[in-house]
Amino acid sequence: MSSIGTGYDLSASQFSPDGRVFQVEYAVKAVENSGTVIGLKGKDGVVFAVEKLVTSKLYEAGANRRVFTIDKHVGMAVCGLIADARQIVDVARREAANYRSQYGVSIPLKYLNDRVSMYMHAYTLYSAVRPYGCSVILSSYDLTDGPSMYLIDPSGVSYGYHGCAVGKAKQSAKTEIEKLKLTNMSTRDLVKEAAKIIYLVHDELKDKNFELELSWVCEETQGRHERVPDNVFVEAEKCAKQAMEADSDSDTEDM
Amino acid sequence: MFRNQYDSDVTVWSPQGRLHQVEYAMEAVKLGSATVGLKNGTHAVLLCLKRAASELAAYQKKVIPIDTHIGISISGLTADARILSRYMRTECLNYKYSHDTLLPVTRLISQLGNKMQVCTQRYDRRPYGVGLLVAGYDDQGPHIYQTCPSANYFDCKAMAIGARSQSARTYLEKHLDQFHGSSLEDLVKHGLRAVRDTLPNEVELSIKNVSIGIVGQDLDFHILEEDETGAYLAMIEGEERRGGTGGGGGAEGAAPPLREEAGDQEDPQDPVPAVAMDTE
Amino acid sequence: MSFSNIDAFAAPPLWRNGPSPGAFYNFPNMQSKTSGFVEHSQSPVTTATSIVALTFKNGVIIAGDLLGSYGSLARFRNCPRILKINDNIILGAGGDYGDYQYVKDLIEQKIIDEECLDDGFNLKPKSLQCWLTRIMYNRRSRFDPFWNNFVVGGLQDGVPYLATVDKLGTAYEDKAICTGYGTHLALPIIRDTLQKNPNLSEEEARALVVKCMEVLFYRDAHSYPKYQIGVVTEAGVKIEGLVDVNQKWDLAHMIH
Repeated sequence: MSSIGTGYDLSASQFSPDGRVFQVEYAVKAVENSGTVIGLKGKDGVVFAVEKLVTSKLYEAGANRRVFTIDKHVGMAVCGLIADARQIVDVARREAANYRSQYGVSIPLKYLNDRVSMYMHAYTLYSAVRPYGCSVILSSYDLTDGPSMYLIDPSGVSYGYHGCAVGKAKQSAKTEIEKLKLTNMSTRDLVKEAAKIIYLVHDELKDKNFELELSWVCEETQGRHERVPDNVFVEAEKCAKQAMEADSDSDTEDM
Repeated sequence: MFRNQYDSDVTVWSPQGRLHQVEYAMEAVKLGSATVGLKNGTHAVLLCLKRAASELAAYQKKVIPIDTHIGISISGLTADARILSRYMRTECLNYKYSHDTLLPVTRLISQLGNKMQVCTQRYDRRPYGVGLLVAGYDDQGPHIYQTCPSANYFDCKAMAIGARSQSARTYLEKHLDQFHGSSLEDLVKHGLRAVRDTLPNEVELSIKNVSIGIVGQDLDFHILEEDETGAYLAMIEGEERRGGTGGGGGAEGAAPPLREEAGDQEDPQDPVPAVAMDTE
Repeated sequence: MSFSNIDAFAAPPLWRNGPSPGAFYNFPNMQSKTSGFVEHSQSPVTTATSIVALTFKNGVIIAGDLLGSYGSLARFRNCPRILKINDNIILGAGGDYGDYQYVKDLIEQKIIDEECLDDGFNLKPKSLQCWLTRIMYNRRSRFDPFWNNFVVGGLQDGVPYLATVDKLGTAYEDKAICTGYGTHLALPIIRDTLQKNPNLSEEEARALVVKCMEVLFYRDAHSYPKYQIGVVTEAGVKIEGLVDVNQKWDLAHMIH
């Protein structure tokens, strides 16, 4: 980043001499300061897990959710500035509603992803606005086409994924995800793995408290995006904590 | 003049992924006098410390009723707060007109959040320089919400914002477990003690500089009259005050028109976000 | 009219609000007049007939048949118009079927929006009734009404609630509501029964509705012997699919 501070990094509508748009890259930095979010796509559904950092004891539990339902069949997990992300949620919901009113059927995720990506990209083109400081992951399960998942960056670029991670610990989360045989896994197993990964990558020294958020959209929910039921959640969290303990035990043995 | 070259516009990201203009707007909240909000199982209470611009001026109103079930208290730019309160009133009225019922508090707050966010992303706007504590009561019970210039909002068990509010937050955190089961009277007393902790040593709470708003089950939002406030004040009078938080009271603090320096940094662990619009 | 540039076959204006090529009398910034007349629908097209609804001890019941009439022609025989809104509300509709389908889409999207918020709040019947009334009154004030009668039933904080709104935006609540021919033929029967027994059980209410649908089928030329019954109680909403009118023609022994 040798060009930082040379004055070519103050506007989204300006290239640096080496052909970069720094404002977009800086917006990505905002995402990297946020709690980790992962999405896993298995054989019959998609699971989101979020490490929601809680900065004060005074906040109510379960507030400021980072997983949203866009339409009955579409979920969105967000990472970065939550206020920015809520705006994206709003736009996505409007797109979904508009599609339904036009065509009378639920919006295909591929199309929704296109629209939301284009919207976010538009904010990287002008000096009068700043790029969004958030990444979003979209998920859906279609009874005929199966599960799908897309990740959209602040730049407006998006790709489909089997497994993806954004936020603080995205590198270590990705490493963990790569160990999984995602395409063969059932959604129930994915929930447990996702919870485990969030607990594993959480940095207790830097961020003390966090809440785990889990959602899924899968065959079991008839293609609806929902928060995972309480019993599944408790089970997954228990597994994750046990895995952590087992992990730390083996660490001490090593020493 | 500038702290750095990335802080002149709200549309500019810093290389660290921060928005300095938004962070500066957050500072404006600390310029206002402190306000405290807390709730038990049935009621939500707002308490605030009012200031007078001069000895000839009246104390500035800090609690604004929004609807029968919602009220706010403000800290920061009063004029900005009036825009937001007008918006909130309009939203409540519109909802009542179209749905014949009261707007759920959480929905109002999220609409407000989306409105405030727009101002943090456009070259021709600036963030609202005001923090709000929103007290409301709906089918899901009492609520205290905190909103920030960053367009973040938080569903709180209790909260304090404004100048020297860290002391109040410390008090609230310490007694957090007692609030839920407490009576309305005890709740107000807790609130008053929290407000009192934000004062310099020489200044006392009085019916003139305190204002209390209450909403709850079968109780519309209302601001207490002076004699009611006085009754509550009498209940906590004479209690030993927690010392040592006074910080920069100084000569000025003694005069009734209480004035404080901008954002006293009285407490090092004040949870000022390291990142603008912290994403918790 | 002859100088207007809204003719679909003419060339478009050279610039916005500018003259069209060949439109000699059209000067820049001159408001080109549209026809000035707007014709709204002044009658419904495909219509559905009566709705029969009443509250009972612990819920609300609504019934309506499946016929879509085209004038006096029995044109469509599968037009369901009892709608589950959420676990707490049912809606019945009469009048123009197209208008009903449009409003139904609006309501359904509204419910989806609410489900997405996932904030624990659910629409209550009184709110839906109010919202519908605003929409109906708004449209009638623009002289372009939705040609419908809507009947909203549900539990308002546990208490049975029944209300209606028509194409003029006239709205009211009542223990028993019938629309269309039902007003004349079914409502008196229901009122009579309610007067004798104001606290009907679900079974009694259902029997009463069945009776009303029977009477309506015999007397209302635009009715149909297949209908739906929607019931909302604490247990939730159930919509009973095709219920048949128990037809007895043997009493018409003179006609053979």
